[in-house]
Amino acid sequence: MSDISTFSIIRRGNKGKHVDLAVRIVLICCALVAVATTIGIVASLLVESFRFFQKIPVMDFLFGLEWSPQTALRADQVGASGAFGAIPLIVGTLLISAIAMIIATPLGMMSAIYLAEYASDRSRGIIKPLLELLAGIPTVVYGFFAALIVAPMLRNGGEGLDFSISSESALAAGATMGVMIIPLVSSLSDDVINAVPQSLRDASYGLGATQAETIKQVILPAAIPGIAGSLLLATSRAIGETMIVVMAAGLAAKLTLNPFEAVTTVTVQIVTLLTGDQEFDSAKTLSAFALGLLLFIITLALNVIALRVVDRYKEQYD
Amino acid sequence: MTDAVNILATSSSPRHAAESRFRLYGVIAIIISLGFLFVMVGSIAIRGTGAFQQSFVNIAVPLPAEKIDPKGTADPQVIRKSRFGGILKSALREMFPEAKSRKDKRQLYKLVSATAEYSLRDHVVANPDLVGTTASVWVRASSDIDMYLKGNIDGTLDESQRRVSDLQLAWAAELQSKGRIEKRFNTQFFTGGDSREPEQAGILGAVTGSALSLLVCFLLSFPIGVLAAVYLEEFASKGRINRLIEVNINNLAAVPSIVFGLLGLAIFLNVFGLPRSTPLVGGMVLALMTLPTIIIASRASLRAVPPSIREAAFGLGASKVQATFHHVVPLAMPGMLTGSIIGMAQALGETAPLLMIGMVAFIVDIPGGITEAATALPVQIFLWADSPERGFLEKTSAAIMVLLGFLILMNLIAIILRRRLEIRW
Repeated sequence: MSDISTFSIIRRGNKGKHVDLAVRIVLICCALVAVATTIGIVASLLVESFRFFQKIPVMDFLFGLEWSPQTALRADQVGASGAFGAIPLIVGTLLISAIAMIIATPLGMMSAIYLAEYASDRSRGIIKPLLELLAGIPTVVYGFFAALIVAPMLRNGGEGLDFSISSESALAAGATMGVMIIPLVSSLSDDVINAVPQSLRDASYGLGATQAETIKQVILPAAIPGIAGSLLLATSRAIGETMIVVMAAGLAAKLTLNPFEAVTTVTVQIVTLLTGDQEFDSAKTLSAFALGLLLFIITLALNVIALRVVDRYKEQYD
Repeated sequence: MTDAVNILATSSSPRHAAESRFRLYGVIAIIISLGFLFVMVGSIAIRGTGAFQQSFVNIAVPLPAEKIDPKGTADPQVIRKSRFGGILKSALREMFPEAKSRKDKRQLYKLVSATAEYSLRDHVVANPDLVGTTASVWVRASSDIDMYLKGNIDGTLDESQRRVSDLQLAWAAELQSKGRIEKRFNTQFFTGGDSREPEQAGILGAVTGSALSLLVCFLLSFPIGVLAAVYLEEFASKGRINRLIEVNINNLAAVPSIVFGLLGLAIFLNVFGLPRSTPLVGGMVLALMTLPTIIIASRASLRAVPPSIREAAFGLGASKVQATFHHVVPLAMPGMLTGSIIGMAQALGETAPLLMIGMVAFIVDIPGGITEAATALPVQIFLWADSPERGFLEKTSAAIMVLLGFLILMNLIAIILRRRLEIRW
């Protein structure tokens, strides 16, 4: 093959060679745009975060228990410095993501199991695209629904039971986010379950196990690493989700694990800090980039771990 | 082994019960997921359909020539400058002379939209021969009255509990009995820009902003994405650098969208100094976001082209570049286009990165180019969802219906393209 292409280049002389080289360079440049994007993201986050850490020590940011970003109008003002402790935001983010995963994991996995093992081809052909529709709906729509319907419903339900639920509760945002993530969990788990070789199923049936027993005792244990990977990917998605929490979660940072109270998240704070006024040397605006860096590192780490887990699992059967 | 024996030893009926229970869990999970989908779409549709109609009030407006066009020039410039607000108010007072006190009059004026005087002005400018007569003009009802007429405000509540007063209810009933209230198709919703008044607000500005952003996004991401995929599939050797690029693309696909917004803010706006709030920057950020989707779809499509095509081209003396661009890429094009349309649909629904680059401003004008300040449809939904007025709730839901309509349309196009053009090898 390479002989033939060499031959054609020789035959057409130098011009063909130049064209070939030029095309290659253009193609490489296009492929490098993706790398440049990553470098751009890392560089911009690092540079702005570095400027932020010149004003606020890294340790105060990472381990501080209070978040109330503000910039002083006068140097001698009371509470002039503001507090930039990220812990309440991280806890809030993890609380909402945990609620989302508690909802999405059983629903997504049971849907995947049903679709992969029980459903007929016809019902699978109807149900699967409908589930994917859930993934195609923009998150701003989920946010609107969470704020307009889910949150008041929970609050009224709580009132009926003499129980106070904040109208911006972590539960409302987390539950809605959980539904958004169901199709992600189910399609990833579906792939993993389908990758389990048929011979394992046949062996299990041959020993007299029912379908449910085969799934629970043979298929799921074999698919566990892949499922764990897909759950990690889903968690990463939940942590980085913005619009649902911006519209349905709270603004005030509160360090709590109570799902009925209002908490705020990293993404909510980034949006709040950067959609107001913009003076680019205040600690307030720069802190958004430090939060962005934190978010980027967390989601990237989860993603890398998830891909590793999935990859390692794939090698077992192929 | 013992496990298997135990399974066989236990009687089969509880095992069958367990089997059907497990199956039921699966059905329940699917019902809950799809139920949520239907409840969400349904409740938004129920709230939103009202916005496609708007109540209009018919008012007999005396248009005295001495106030509007004293010299009888019929010059639009002269007519335009008249004080139509006052003329409209006096017409309302004439229709309901019982409104005497200042408070009552203010309520009277609030029957019609605050923008009604401008529609009156435009109507008279367009028909200058109305000057000097008493014209019968249809103007937009105010949002509160509109909401009441659509049944969204409960008239039986105590007066202090609702936004429409008893007096206004009586007037509205009188107008209705005289046939002076009509519900019409709300063209303003599709042809207008944003407004502070719900009854005047439209989505055309946001739709145009979204379309311009998507245009920029497509023009950047489609060629770059396709060429990058061609490089990775056809030209790249399996070296270290190419593995790096691959890992990079996979990880970019998982970066939260808001981080792309931060990139746009720090690099495109602050370093390159591109104009804020514009579809140009919005499109660039969205292009970077959709790039991984397009590259991954294009690579799959290229991989599906059988090697025999390439070998046949080489056999006839084509160079690598010729074989790729004359034969392989055209054959892979349907799949690449399908992937790109799906990527565009994702970009259309994206909100968070656009917030970062300032496409959240209140913009009345419809953007005329990619360097003019604009907003986008999902951002408009976000902005309206934040507004406290009851009228905007309806508009938000209707805008969501339009957005979902566009998304369904794009996905349908992708599906049809795939069915029609895709070649199965």
